[in-house]
Amino acid sequence: MSAHRKNLIEVRDLRQTIGTQEILRGVNLDIPKGETLVLLGQSGGGKSVFLRHLIGLMRPLSGSIKIEGEEIAHLNERELEPVRRKIGMLFQDGALFDSMTVFDNVAFPLRERGERNEKVIREKVDHALELVSLQGQEGKMPVNLSGGMRKRASLARAIISEPSCILYDEPTAGLDPIVSDTINKLIRRLQSQLHVTSIVVTHDMISTDHIADRVALLREGRIHFDGTLQSLHASTDPVITDFIEGRSHEID
Amino acid sequence: MKFPYSFPLTRAFCLYLGQLAFLIGETFTSILAGRVRWKLVLHQIVEIGFGSQAVVIITGIFTGAVFTAQIFFQFNALNMSSAVGPVVSIALCRELGPVLTGLMVAGRVGAAMSAEIGTMKVTEQIDALRALAVNPVDYLVVPRTMAIMISMPLLVGECIFFALAASYYVATDILNVNSVFFLQHMWSYTHSRDMVMALSKGFVFALIVVFVGCQQGLTTRDGAVGVGKSTTEAVVISSLSILMINFFLTMALNIIFPAGGRY
Repeated sequence: MSAHRKNLIEVRDLRQTIGTQEILRGVNLDIPKGETLVLLGQSGGGKSVFLRHLIGLMRPLSGSIKIEGEEIAHLNERELEPVRRKIGMLFQDGALFDSMTVFDNVAFPLRERGERNEKVIREKVDHALELVSLQGQEGKMPVNLSGGMRKRASLARAIISEPSCILYDEPTAGLDPIVSDTINKLIRRLQSQLHVTSIVVTHDMISTDHIADRVALLREGRIHFDGTLQSLHASTDPVITDFIEGRSHEID
Repeated sequence: MKFPYSFPLTRAFCLYLGQLAFLIGETFTSILAGRVRWKLVLHQIVEIGFGSQAVVIITGIFTGAVFTAQIFFQFNALNMSSAVGPVVSIALCRELGPVLTGLMVAGRVGAAMSAEIGTMKVTEQIDALRALAVNPVDYLVVPRTMAIMISMPLLVGECIFFALAASYYVATDILNVNSVFFLQHMWSYTHSRDMVMALSKGFVFALIVVFVGCQQGLTTRDGAVGVGKSTTEAVVISSLSILMINFFLTMALNIIFPAGGRY
């Protein structure tokens, strides 16, 4: 379905170890522009590690990562800055700056990119908070927000500078089903309104069914499955069916 | 060449010094390149400089007072009570003022820097900065370095001033040293080079506190336990470094600003 679309991200033979454990053993993945890719996998399977490589927060042991055709695997921190401006990231726990209010957190990327007009900043922050349904919370400190609100505020911070790609690290982890559904709808809405490319790391199948254009399954450090949501559900591969149905094969 | 690396502690120490050197290099490169956020520098001056005043003043007052009393008790037995002023003044300028201020700032500011940056590290706030294309050294270390370089010499001067004021009060009002003798001798034997030495030492100690504190914070791991460990290590390493480097500084600075003599 996406063969004729230009790839935003191309990953080739990505390898990474943490300590003595080999986390990624040669990941190959293409992500076309405008697509929402859900990366599934067990907890501790290297999904977040993979995501962190896409924004240069981790350096690969070997392999290639291209963003819009530019190789980023060997760029230093300063050289990565222009690449990072194109990508927004939602961290698992929000990673809001706890010394700042919600407003200042969301306004942070604008101020850091040189915007000094407080009226413009106010308008953009209000719009971003409206997109994530968090109006009226701008004066609160992150510590006074619930888990779902923290994630939404973090998402507002990620989208305010209009990135071409958003990386979501477990966006619904630890949230109740209602808040999870809100976040899922939000991801869909951002995709339809802002036309961003999204890469969502999760092990939540309900969330996957809501948001995915394409699904990849990371297993033992490699991409075990890469296809559409329909082909995932139609698969008879026991690894995939076990994952979808949540079977562990542990003896009671 | 393999010999020192066979010891894990030697290897860890070399690694630590290397990381510290990179941090120092990166910080000064950023300062020279003009990547300074002046609003954050001012905020840190308030946190570091203004916020440390009470601790430094109290330290100065009681050190000056007790040192004066001890010197008086020893010198009075030799009928040399008029020497109390110069001895206290030179000791405060050349050693006690900068070292005690350094230790107090290491305890208060170094610990706070390490804890704050360490907490940001373990809660992914540092990664969030990087993901938002903001260099953590530019945003966190540069403002603290600028602020402490400005604040510390002033804090050292303040500590010495209050120590000498306390010394004067204890010597003349409590121990009945002649105030004219006290001031005259103190003035005669204390040179501007002693004050320059104090401020120079304060400046060096400031750099130790900020870089050790920030380095410990930036390398924090393992959650809350790691933050506690980093904070403790920041205070211990910076305090011990101040005491050790003080000796070498004294020897080096004594060549540039030799002690002794009177006007």
